[in-house]
Amino acid sequence: MKISVQREDFDSGLEQRNLYRHPGVGAVASFVGIVRDVGMTLEHYPGMTDSALRKIVDEAKGRWKVMDCTVIHRYGELAPHDQIVLVAVASAHRGDAFAACEFIMDYLKTQAPFWKKEHRPDGAAWVEARASDDDAAGRWEPPARKAS
Amino acid sequence: MKVKVLFFASLREQLGTASEEIELPAGVGTVAALRGHLARRGGAWEGALAEKKNVRAALNQDMVKPAAAIRAGDEIAFFPPVTGG
Repeated sequence: MKISVQREDFDSGLEQRNLYRHPGVGAVASFVGIVRDVGMTLEHYPGMTDSALRKIVDEAKGRWKVMDCTVIHRYGELAPHDQIVLVAVASAHRGDAFAACEFIMDYLKTQAPFWKKEHRPDGAAWVEARASDDDAAGRWEPPARKAS
Repeated sequence: MKVKVLFFASLREQLGTASEEIELPAGVGTVAALRGHLARRGGAWEGALAEKKNVRAALNQDMVKPAAAIRAGDEIAFFPPVTGG
């Protein structure tokens, strides 16, 4: 399992291929989040981010047959078309890989301590959390154990 | 008791501070009570931490509910709903 919170860009192809080597892997599902139209500054909570991501991945591992997993999330200054986040999940079959990948992204959106400040033409503004993100995370069954 | 309080993103900007060590009066024993205690400073504090504001909290780097109990030496963070990914 690889979890990285970093300023630098990453090679999504390489990160994905690194998961192929795991014995028994038959499927790798991955998601890459990209900066849309407006540059941004991404802030995070350094002491907490890594453990929050780890917990989300552990939760996914408890629900699906996940053989290996890579999560990379960037912070700092990002320009349009830059990569923000990578979630790649290796499993024996596609069902587990797809589901775990989507679950990790949905939980990351509502549980991992990152905040985006967009540099819009009319000034910088913090991005507001969207109810649809809570809905997306909420459609998964609640965790077996209490998150807190 | 003494605790460390952190603020992130828009909250950090509104309050003009990222962190502080604070000595809590007796009776401030939960995350919600700490938030109320800070809001009573008035001004920007009241504006940013008022009950109607959507503020999340973490206790020792773990997301918690307002009722979570705090102890001496704890690190409590307040921040707006997260927007990563």
